Amino acid sequence: MGFLHKKTFNGGVHPPEQKGATAKKAIETLPIPPEVVIPLQQHIGAPAKPLVEPGTAVQVGDLIAEAGGFVSLPVHASISGTVSAVEERPHPLGGQVLSVVIQGDGQDQWNPSIGYDANYLDLTVKETVERIQQAGVAGMGGATFPTHVKLSPPADKPIDTLIINGAECEPYLTSDHRLLLEEPQKILLGIQILAKVLSAKKVAIGIEDNKADAIKVMRGLISKLKLPFSVHALPVKYPQGAEKQLIKAVVNRTVPAGSLPMTVGCVVQNVATAAAIHDAVAFRRPVVQRVVTVSGNAVQTAKNCVVRLGTSYRFILQECGGVNGSLGKVIMGGPMMGFAQSSLDLPVIKGTSGLLFLDARQARRNQETVCISCARCIDVCPMRLMPKMLGAWVRHKRIDEAIDYHILDCMECGSCAFVCPAHIDLLHLIRYGKSEAIKKRKKAS
Amino acid sequence: MDDQFYVSSSPHISDRESVTKIMTAVALSLLPASLGAIYFFGLRTLWIMLVSIAAAVLTEAVVQKAMKKPITISDGSALVTGLLLAFNMSAQVPLWIPAVGAVFAIAVGKQVFGGLGFNPMNPALLGRAFLLASWPSHMLSFDRCIPRGSLYQSVSGIDVMTSATPLNVFKQAREILAHPELYPDSFAQADKTIHKLYDSIDSLFIGRIGGCLGETSALLLLIGAAFLLYKRYIGWKIPFSYIGTVALLSWIFGGTDGLFSGNVLFHIFSGGLILGAFYMATDMVTSPVTYRGRILFGVGCGAITVLIRLVGGYPEGVSYSILLMNLLVPLLDRYTRPTVFGGAKKS
Repeated sequence: MGFLHKKTFNGGVHPPEQKGATAKKAIETLPIPPEVVIPLQQHIGAPAKPLVEPGTAVQVGDLIAEAGGFVSLPVHASISGTVSAVEERPHPLGGQVLSVVIQGDGQDQWNPSIGYDANYLDLTVKETVERIQQAGVAGMGGATFPTHVKLSPPADKPIDTLIINGAECEPYLTSDHRLLLEEPQKILLGIQILAKVLSAKKVAIGIEDNKADAIKVMRGLISKLKLPFSVHALPVKYPQGAEKQLIKAVVNRTVPAGSLPMTVGCVVQNVATAAAIHDAVAFRRPVVQRVVTVSGNAVQTAKNCVVRLGTSYRFILQECGGVNGSLGKVIMGGPMMGFAQSSLDLPVIKGTSGLLFLDARQARRNQETVCISCARCIDVCPMRLMPKMLGAWVRHKRIDEAIDYHILDCMECGSCAFVCPAHIDLLHLIRYGKSEAIKKRKKAS
Repeated sequence: MDDQFYVSSSPHISDRESVTKIMTAVALSLLPASLGAIYFFGLRTLWIMLVSIAAAVLTEAVVQKAMKKPITISDGSALVTGLLLAFNMSAQVPLWIPAVGAVFAIAVGKQVFGGLGFNPMNPALLGRAFLLASWPSHMLSFDRCIPRGSLYQSVSGIDVMTSATPLNVFKQAREILAHPELYPDSFAQADKTIHKLYDSIDSLFIGRIGGCLGETSALLLLIGAAFLLYKRYIGWKIPFSYIGTVALLSWIFGGTDGLFSGNVLFHIFSGGLILGAFYMATDMVTSPVTYRGRILFGVGCGAITVLIRLVGGYPEGVSYSILLMNLLVPLLDRYTRPTVFGGAKKS
């Protein structure tokens, strides 16, 4: 085994890549917005507890909310100015979430404690993980799981392999691609910190082979710095960047159903997370901004840009030349797993890897017709589920059968709905079924 | 700026397939064989196809209208059923035969169960079975439709003129060879006939043989099938396991000199196997959805086909084998569920 296996996974789809609009555009820094709305829930887990009130003056990087538990993260001010409100605001993922609104002073004053720490390599593992947590680092690929939790595996689950996710398999998105090209040193330093924390013996970086330039840059720098890292060129296929599929492709290990990657000795971190970890540990710099790919056929100028967290889509759209034609749909993230947004006044959060503006024609859904049992959904499911059956069970409210057909193993990649010739919203049905299944389980226990 | 957006659950894109596109592709893939039928059997076959298609589409519309359901004839599924049903006719059937068959296929074979997606059996094959049971003389007469360049004039030493398909000739000759004591006079002729059939596989392949409209030319059917395979509208599992099983079993049991004397190519290219394996057994609605289910389905079709051909009362068993296996599809799907990624093997 090892080097002879095919570097991919079973199933998957090939959506049009659409990366051409931004793949060759260098990351630019967007101006600082006059106002930011920072939700206190930008991660999976408990929301953060606010530490400021209206009238509090803040600098960039100031702690404005503390973690609400172990699986939680603190939140920091992303611009300098004055807190104008601490109130519930609409959240990009739906619902109302307590948020801190800051009016900028146009000064961009940073917290003076932020700066290079030449001795960061002398920190103990515990101190390093603390810094990562204090900086509010969450998985930047979009899942936003608190990173320090992933870096604190239980003692009985030793980690031997660190896998760095540079697959970026979602169409349109190029933020990780540009980061690999423009900040390879920072990413590699971040990976070194991660490898040290996990005491991982092996480090593998997985990049889809439509990013040949990024693969070349990383391989070149790794051999120049004589690092014991390997770079794996992966065939282009969605969802190559899904954790379990990436582990299968890169080290040919199968994570048992319902288990976490640590079960097979692996931890997966996204390249943007690695860069954020470097900033957190070496500069004590909290996560106050991120690279966002702004693309889609309804935006005038597609870009990769560094955006302060809490910036509204409206501001970003203006900075990208405004709307081209008519605007029909706004998506946070990629078109396969991203979230349709209801308003341009929603803020960028830690998981906003992309912002897609699509015209009305692309936004429209196809009319659903009847299932003809073509089984394409079953053929493409990377988890080897039967989406057709799951959709039917859920539609008839037969949740027990859906559970028996492993509905809870669905990772919601959307490949089934993507290929359905009857345009059945399979993932929508499955999501609903999952929530019903979880409710049912809770009631039973 | 107008802030009214479409908000929907992901994924926000889809590949541009649709049921109509799939049905159109299937109809297109049948075009070479349709043209071949017209070439081999004359212009009358065009009328059979047109009547069958028109009756199928009209029945679908009328039934849907009567049941106050949306009329979906534009999805092309009724057209495909009509065409496939016509492929199962002898070129000399009276024109009311395809019409009645298509009405039955759509009304009873499909709409009774709820229309497209809900029919348990292939409607075209059900239509054929209905016609075969009701008017066997019409369905099994091939004497007036000798195709261009046919080899039948020369192998008609035994009384086969009323039903001169290669499988029919083969079955009768094989029967004679198996019981020489009953047919002492015909033995030499039967032996000669079998060898004549084995020597004429190229005719079988090209289509210079008697039979139903759509089952004559393996070549033209395979051209269409290659297109469907390339476009991934059909998979390889069902047709290959089906044909492979027929090949294996007819090699073992299908010969005239004991076990392992069967002529594999003869059994593959004669009768409706190519049509059935690539166009009927692969019908999405009535075939299994799982990987292993599709293989088992093909194997089952193959086994029943050979059983009927060699032992049963009919010379050909493709349509009944597929209909029988259609009924097993829900069971096959249930017991061949895929193992979830990272899941333990189900015992």
